Amino acid sequence: MADSVWIPGRASAVLASTNTPRHTAIVRVTHWITTLCFFALLVSGIEIVISHPRFYWGETGSVLTPALFELPIPASRSSVHTGYGFVWPDHNGWSRYLHFQAAWIAVLTGLLYAVSGLFTRHFRENLLPAGADLSWSALSSVIANHLRFKSPGEAEAWSYNVLQRLTYLLVIFVLFPLVIWTGLAMSPAIASAFPAVVTVFGGQQSARTIHFFVSVFLLLFLLVHIVMVWLAGFRNRMRAMITGRAGAHKEHA
Amino acid sequence: MSNLSRRKLITTGLAATAGASGLAVAARLALRHGLIPPDHGGIYGPGETLTYAFQRMLTRHSLAREFPRSQISKTPFANVVDPLGEEFKRLQAGAFTGWRLAVDGMVARPASFSLAELKSYPSRNQITHLACEEGWSFIAEWTGVPLSHLLHLVGILPQARYVVYFSIQHDWWDSVDMADALHPQTLVTYGMNGGELPVGHGGPIRLRVPRQLGYKNVKYITRLTVTDSMKGFGQGLGSVSPEGGYAWYAGI
Repeated sequence: MADSVWIPGRASAVLASTNTPRHTAIVRVTHWITTLCFFALLVSGIEIVISHPRFYWGETGSVLTPALFELPIPASRSSVHTGYGFVWPDHNGWSRYLHFQAAWIAVLTGLLYAVSGLFTRHFRENLLPAGADLSWSALSSVIANHLRFKSPGEAEAWSYNVLQRLTYLLVIFVLFPLVIWTGLAMSPAIASAFPAVVTVFGGQQSARTIHFFVSVFLLLFLLVHIVMVWLAGFRNRMRAMITGRAGAHKEHA
Repeated sequence: MSNLSRRKLITTGLAATAGASGLAVAARLALRHGLIPPDHGGIYGPGETLTYAFQRMLTRHSLAREFPRSQISKTPFANVVDPLGEEFKRLQAGAFTGWRLAVDGMVARPASFSLAELKSYPSRNQITHLACEEGWSFIAEWTGVPLSHLLHLVGILPQARYVVYFSIQHDWWDSVDMADALHPQTLVTYGMNGGELPVGHGGPIRLRVPRQLGYKNVKYITRLTVTDSMKGFGQGLGSVSPEGGYAWYAGI
């Protein structure tokens, strides 16, 4: 099943069939739509945070209550005393419009990806780690290879190693759902129809704080993802995600 | 390329046709059921329309969360408001006895209510959350007359679709659809935390729409207009908010 990474015979067999794309069309299209949405959500999310760079726990919190923590940046509202003596211009209006529009596109794209991933066995075949790969010895050897910046073998141009699999599963099935959920928990209308959406987090401000941290984790994932693609061979990995062709022969050129 | 078989072409064509007609049907249904917001145009129109339509379908009758007294915020933040004009100061000097709330538009009996009259109607107390789009929030107890009570007094006409509300501050007005206007928790609020509504929080009267964010809760309201269309009100986008770049619907 998903243990092809460590079996060279399997990888070269796949290489031989040049018609098989490295990534299916649906994976490639949803990947790039998600990328666009991610940047839109990131930029607009930063703009929204700038209007109130203070975080709280529980149901409520404002400039008149103590903060859980504050970001050391100037705000776009004069009511927030950041100590910089400088107020950014207000960009919350279009940022909120863009944030929700990008969120809609990302959610619909994510649904398409998830449903097709179940039907095409994408999750089971490409993302679920093999049981043997989850042993401590197997995991530590992969981690050691990463720490030594060892170049990935040819097989890895065609399949994900166990760390990649676990990371992608975490992002797809934990971080993305959680960021959507905490986002909805900040909606007074959604909270009116489904109070449990917010009460499970202990309040609207708690949901906002978790939303922020999950976004930070997603941003960290993005940065590591880009660095790893760069180290593994930027051109080939980009071609694989754009055209589907892996071109593993030139991988380490 | 033999990949493009006839079967594939036909299925793709059928799927595209089904998708396009599905969208067309959805748009017609949305229009009929009042799920298209006044600011549905422009590049952010699709996202705004999806948010409004879905939230309106899910929350037409849902009640905003109400909290126990122990959760009332000790220091509710009133936010900064633009300086209040001469007219406001004159009414304030008279303890707001001269304040009037006019109701006009598509109503059978246009009327104007004094503060004392508003206070004489059946009142409702509720402890609800007020969240600002910036991210901060507080919980307070609000006292007022349900907007639906006033609308029934004046007799809204069947074609009514929006209630527009105007602040004494001339560049501040907004509107809600009938689901929010007739909602039992939408209050013409004159009391807060057991006392008069403080001026900083919108006193003498503020419209509380607890299922939407703070900026829909316009302070110092003097006039309500019932209408079937937002055309003719400012740029026709439903409120002054979209004219400044903010969404008309603020349920999230």
